[in-house]
Amino acid sequence: MYTEKVMDHFEHPRNVGEIENASGMGTVGNAKCGDIMRIYLDIDDNQIIQDVKFKTFGCGAAVATSSMATEMVKGKSVQEAMEVTNKAVCEALDGLPPVKVHCSLLAEEAIHAALWDYATKHDIKIEGLEKPKSDIGEEEVEEEY
Amino acid sequence: MKQLIYLDNAATTKTRPEVVEAMLPYFTEYYGNPSSVYEFSGISKKAVQDSREIIAGSLGAKTNEIYFTAGGSESDNWALIATAEAYADKGKHIITSKIEHHAVLHTCEYLEKRGFDITYLNVDENGSIKLDELKKAIRPDTILISIMFANNEIGTIEPIKEIGEIAKEHKILFHTDAVQAFGHVPINVDEYHIDMLSASGHKINGPKGIGFLYIRTGVKSRSFIHGGGQERKRRAGTENVTGIVGFGKAVELAVAGMEERTRKETELREYLMERVMKEVPYTRINGSRKSRLSNNVNFAFQFIEGESLLIMLDMKGICGSSGSACTSGSLDPSHVLLAIGLPHEIAHGSLRLTLDEVNTREEMDYVVEAIKEIVAKLRSMSPLYEDYIRHQGN
Repeated sequence: MYTEKVMDHFEHPRNVGEIENASGMGTVGNAKCGDIMRIYLDIDDNQIIQDVKFKTFGCGAAVATSSMATEMVKGKSVQEAMEVTNKAVCEALDGLPPVKVHCSLLAEEAIHAALWDYATKHDIKIEGLEKPKSDIGEEEVEEEY
Repeated sequence: MKQLIYLDNAATTKTRPEVVEAMLPYFTEYYGNPSSVYEFSGISKKAVQDSREIIAGSLGAKTNEIYFTAGGSESDNWALIATAEAYADKGKHIITSKIEHHAVLHTCEYLEKRGFDITYLNVDENGSIKLDELKKAIRPDTILISIMFANNEIGTIEPIKEIGEIAKEHKILFHTDAVQAFGHVPINVDEYHIDMLSASGHKINGPKGIGFLYIRTGVKSRSFIHGGGQERKRRAGTENVTGIVGFGKAVELAVAGMEERTRKETELREYLMERVMKEVPYTRINGSRKSRLSNNVNFAFQFIEGESLLIMLDMKGICGSSGSACTSGSLDPSHVLLAIGLPHEIAHGSLRLTLDEVNTREEMDYVVEAIKEIVAKLRSMSPLYEDYIRHQGN
C-alpha cells in the first residue's frame, strides 16, 4: 500500500525527538481523528534552520511525512521552509495512497505552526505565513488524561 | 517467505487440508448441476444435502431450515430485508445493537431510508447489551430483534438465551449474526429461541464465498436472490457445490474438535493477555473477560496509533488487526470501541489478535516481545506520551 520511500521513512524515521528551548515549536492535529504532529525548530540568528525534531502520533503515512518534512526543512532559511508544501512532501515520498494525502497536509501545518511560534516569539514577519488553525496547544492535551 | 504468525483468525482462517480434500472431487469429477435430472448430477445433489444435514445437526435445526448463501453478509442482508418486507404490515420497528457488524448496521440504515424505524441498543463497558434496555425498547410494532451472537472485534458473547426468551415472550422474531460464534461455541436454536441465524464458512477453516441462513419453519421470508428454484425457491442460483461440501466438512471438524480447541485457545489467550498486561504499561483489555470467544484478544495501548503498530508487527511477520480510523477507512475509530465507551485517542491504539489452536506458547512469547519493543518505540515518538510524561514530572 505504501511506496518504498514511505516505508523507509516509517521504519527509520529521521529527526525524531525534542529540542530543549527550541526557537519554535508547533503541534497540530488532534487525537480524535488519530493524527498529532509536533515539530521543534532550532533557528540561528541568520534565520537558518539548524536543527529540527519531530514527534508524531499517527499512522504510517503520518510518521513518514513528518520524517520527510523535517529532512526537507533542515538547513533551509525560514523563508525557504515555507516552500515545503504538502505536495512537495508527498512527491518526495513518491506519493501516498489517496486516503492518506490529508496526513501530508498535517506536516505542512506543523512546520507552519512551529514557524509561527518562532516568528511571534522573535517578532519577525515571514512572508506568506498565517496563524495556524489547528494548533492544539499543550493545555488542551492535558485535559485528555 | 519470512516466518508468519497469523493472528487474524476473526478476519479469515486457513482452509483445513481435510476440507480442501473433501472439496476437490466436486471440481473435476462430480461437477454436475444438482438441479439436473440425470444420475451423474445426483451425486452433487446428495453432497449438498449431506452438508445441509451436518450443519442442521450442529444447530439442533431441521435440514430444510438451512439455506446456503454466498456468505455472512448475504445472510444478514437477507434476514433483515426479507423479514422487514414480509412483516411490514405488522409493524416497521426493528431492534439491534450499536456494535453489530456493518453487514447488519448498513442494512439497517438501508431500511431506515425505506421507512423502517431502528433502535440501536447501547452496550455496557464489556460490550454486552443491557436486557432491561432491550425490554424497554420493545413496542407493539416491533417485528424483529437482531443481535449478534459474539462480537467480531472484542469477542464478547452476548446473552443470547435471555434475548431469545424476551423475543419469544413478546412474539417478536429473533435473528442473530453468528458469523464469529458458529463452530466456536455450542449453539442450539431451540434452546436459545433463535428464529434466524447467519453463519459463514471461512471463519471456521472452511472455504470463502459460502455461508448459510437458518430460517425457522413458519417464519415468513421472501426470496432475496431471484431466479431459479434452488434452496426451496428461497435462494436462486446454482448451488456452490464445492463450497457447500467444504463448509459441511469444516463444520463436522469444528464441532468434533470444539471442546479441545476452545481449551487450547483459552489457555493461550489468557497467557498472552496476562503477559502483555503485566509487561506493557498503560494498556487495557477491551471486551468481556468472562463471556468471551476463546480466541479473541483485544488490547488498547495508550498514546500510540493502531496502523503504525500493525505495520511494525507485519515487519516481524505478525498478522493482526486494529480498530483505528486509518485501518477502518474512515476518520473515526471502530464503532464497537466507541460504543464500549473508549475515548477516540485510546480507540485508535487498539490491537486485535485472534488465535487458532495451532498457535504455540513460543509464538505468544515472540509476540509479547515484539509488542513490547514496538509500543516502546512508538511511544518514544508520540507527542501524547511526551506530554503525559512531562505532566507526570510536574
